[in-house]
Amino acid sequence: MTASQKILAAHCGRESVAPGDMILADLDLVLANDITAPVAVNEYRKAGCGGIFDREKVALVLDHFTPNKDIKAAEQCKKVREFAREKGIVNFFDTGEVGVEHALLPERGMVTAGDLVIGADSHTCTYGALGAFSTGVGSTDMAAGMAYGKVWLRVPSAMQFALRGKPRKWVSGKDLILHIIGKIGVDGALYKSMEFTGDGIINLTVDDRLCVCNMAIEAGAKNGFFPADEQTLEYLKAHGAKEPKVYTADEDAAYDSVTEIDLGALEPCVAFPHLPENVKTFSEFGDIKIDQVVIGSCTNGRYSDFETAAEILKGNKVAKGVRVLIIPATQQIYLDALRAGLLETFIEAGCAVSAPTCGPCLGGHMGILAAGERCVATTNRNFVGRMGDPKSEVYLASPAVAAASALAGKIASPYAL
Amino acid sequence: MTIKGRAIRYGDNVDTDVIIPARYLNTSDPKELAAHCMEDIDPDFLKKIKPGDIIAAGSNFGCGSSREHAPIAIKNAGIACVVARSFARIFYRNAVNTGLPIVETGAEIDTGDELEIDLAAGTLKNLTKGTEASFPPFPDFLQNIIDAGGLLEAMKKM
Ligand code: SF4
Repeated sequence: MTASQKILAAHCGRESVAPGDMILADLDLVLANDITAPVAVNEYRKAGCGGIFDREKVALVLDHFTPNKDIKAAEQCKKVREFAREKGIVNFFDTGEVGVEHALLPERGMVTAGDLVIGADSHTCTYGALGAFSTGVGSTDMAAGMAYGKVWLRVPSAMQFALRGKPRKWVSGKDLILHIIGKIGVDGALYKSMEFTGDGIINLTVDDRLCVCNMAIEAGAKNGFFPADEQTLEYLKAHGAKEPKVYTADEDAAYDSVTEIDLGALEPCVAFPHLPENVKTFSEFGDIKIDQVVIGSCTNGRYSDFETAAEILKGNKVAKGVRVLIIPATQQIYLDALRAGLLETFIEAGCAVSAPTCGPCLGGHMGILAAGERCVATTNRNFVGRMGDPKSEVYLASPAVAAASALAGKIASPYAL
Repeated sequence: MTIKGRAIRYGDNVDTDVIIPARYLNTSDPKELAAHCMEDIDPDFLKKIKPGDIIAAGSNFGCGSSREHAPIAIKNAGIACVVARSFARIFYRNAVNTGLPIVETGAEIDTGDELEIDLAAGTLKNLTKGTEASFPPFPDFLQNIIDAGGLLEAMKKM
């Protein structure tokens, strides 16, 4: 079995499972946000559910349209807030404590290796970076998970990505995952696990791996997975996570495909509008002027992302006419960046720094684009209208490319500085 | 269950951001969501369709976010069924869990074609083109969820 399959088998009390099996599995954590939780609460109440399977294993994170963007968003948040209070949900995160869910949960030690996690948010696949099986579902799944602690799943087959070598400076997990999506396409891993293996893994930081697994869904995958290694275990311990269970694939595990990737050969790349698969390296395009840069989100809003951006921006000024938004993904990251002087670097360079929120990533608020405007973003989606007007454009890239672009006023490689 | 209706056709990778843009997700009211269904891919969608029509599409329909608002918007706009070459996995789950009929087939369908779909038998007749395609029925496990009237009802018995 693959590692993902082993975790699923362990959670439905079976010795083994095979691709295509339909299982009903026990959950370690159920997540929703201020967009998906209100629908889950509606469904939960409509079906006459009363109980919560485990008050400590439900996470409700108000991160998308918060701080409340308008009256309707405020009403939605209020509905979740009241529900959390009524049911005694322990892990309820509101403004002041909240961060973007997929940065917040690992930081709070709420996911450990070997866990089975669902979230009513497609990027729930992020936690595969910690050796968990973690996947996005809808609000009804979430409601059922909250009430019964169970989820139905079709056991996925897997694609293996064997990594070797070490990425060059300025090349990060974002470039790796964009490279892969560019090769296999936005449905290249549909219904499947993407399992990362190989001795190159140690050259990717936990933050890199979180970024890679975050975008597994952009290839259509059910989950992304890195086997937990020493770095993972250290991270889990440092963040107070529960006792980990390490799963690795059997040596004779069956994969639909095996792709070898030399991390040392990767280059910084950019996904052009309007699909994450439209990936190009810098030799493949010319000057593209930009209006906005966003550095943040569950993909690249972690401390190390801001460190990278600050290294490039320090002592420089962002190009005239470019609006640069810095959005730390959690309060802790915000505080760490503040204490280390990174926020000062950003403000002196001419960036705007915001409180943690999903904000512009999904075209919610805090940096919406007008028709014809272009943005380089460290986020994960560049669909039509994703950050605002349907005639605006989003280019996906790493924090290094985003910072270099902020200085150049056009999409720029960090090597060109 | 047999569904008979007229098709409206879209391409590959119809994502949840164009099915229901995030700027309207500050509500969970099905009627309000339906009022903006498909707005960013086809601003005239609601003017073009009538209740009982069928959306036909290429591969990876519903890719992107997990928002159940997407199948809710489609269903409440009056669409009877979505037929696509393939569905993104979360959209597929959400359709099963919320009772929006979906059919996975690569059958050739154009806008305006009259379709007759027998979900139990797994057949799709294109009455306009005079063609017929078959598709595998849902696994029993999922059919039970659909028959129970959705996941939460089914869970009561699991
Ligand atoms: S940052 Fe963007 S992708 Fe991540 S959870 Fe928020 S809206 Fe979704």
